[in-house]
Amino acid sequence: MLGALIIVFREVLEAGLIIGIVMATTRGVVGRGRWVNVGIIGGVLGAGIVAMFANVISEAFQGAGQELFNASVLGAAVVMLMWHNAWMARHGREIADEMRRVGAAVSEGAKPLTALAIVVGLAVLREGSEVVLFLYGIMASGTSVSSTLAGGVLGIAAGAVFTALTYYGLLAIPNRYVFSVTSWLIALLAAGMAAQAVHFLNNAGFLVMLDRTVWDTSWLLSEGSIPGRLFHALIGYTERPTEMQLLVYIATLFAMLLLMRLARYSPPSRFPAAAE
Amino acid sequence: MRSLFISSVVAAIALAPVNLRAQDFTITIKNHRFTPAEIKVPANKRVQLTVVNDDPTPEEFESREMKVEKVIPGKSKGVVRIGPLQPGRYPFFGEFNEATAKGVVIAE
Repeated sequence: MLGALIIVFREVLEAGLIIGIVMATTRGVVGRGRWVNVGIIGGVLGAGIVAMFANVISEAFQGAGQELFNASVLGAAVVMLMWHNAWMARHGREIADEMRRVGAAVSEGAKPLTALAIVVGLAVLREGSEVVLFLYGIMASGTSVSSTLAGGVLGIAAGAVFTALTYYGLLAIPNRYVFSVTSWLIALLAAGMAAQAVHFLNNAGFLVMLDRTVWDTSWLLSEGSIPGRLFHALIGYTERPTEMQLLVYIATLFAMLLLMRLARYSPPSRFPAAAE
Repeated sequence: MRSLFISSVVAAIALAPVNLRAQDFTITIKNHRFTPAEIKVPANKRVQLTVVNDDPTPEEFESREMKVEKVIPGKSKGVVRIGPLQPGRYPFFGEFNEATAKGVVIAE
């Protein structure tokens, strides 16, 4: 049971972290709960479908289907996170001002919420499909089913607790810093995802240049450990990054910061109509 | 956005032929064990492991040393591309059955 708990918890950790960050980012926005739920439910359904077609996906593209699928999912999430951060750079101040003025929830355009719902959905989809396959394997093999299933359910519950911890941890940040903190978190999250997408493309046999390992810090922080997984999910920590992964990581961070700067600078926002 | 996906997939496929001729090795999973559990591959080359899962249950072929993590569905097979590896021992395991599913790739 403990084994199943740990395996499932390890898989849901990353999705849990992302959901926690998204919830904190959208604090005070009307209807965000609904969007996050749509993301989670969509992700779970998607995970089931992906698990069902695991065979087909796995054997597509000369056996590289799974890697390409993961890389595309990660790539899509990176685009969504960039969009979100750019949008927040433009409108974040207005939202903050309005929150201060009315003291409570503000209604915002649905735009960033759609993007974040997709990010949540993709995170749940990617991690969830492995959980579904793992639990299916246990049910199919028929040995100690109930205790392992209990372990799996507890693992998911532990992931939910972890999401809550992330969320309330981020809520403790004072109001005026919260936008910059979450923007940075999302930028690092996106950079880590982009680097991981590169890794999947490399495993798929595509994008094989610059594949020399830059460093090996597995002795310091193993990616297999829970703290290692956490840092992997949060800032994209990789114990043996390749040159290409490092390059893409830095490039994504730069692109994100540039995009946020551009979004912030254009129009000087004195004209409400020009903001749209 | 969709066109972005399509163009990235097309770009990826365009880059593909780089390693079409990678040497192939087969590992079979049966009763949550790998056969052979020890496999020798040439060092400093990209090689390809075909992992055949004869069990009805899925398995996750994983090795942090080789930087691979791949689900192999039951009664199915998956291709794992690794390397170029420095000479040495690279352990791998099946994450869903870690107690029995263990093996090592030796690059020389």
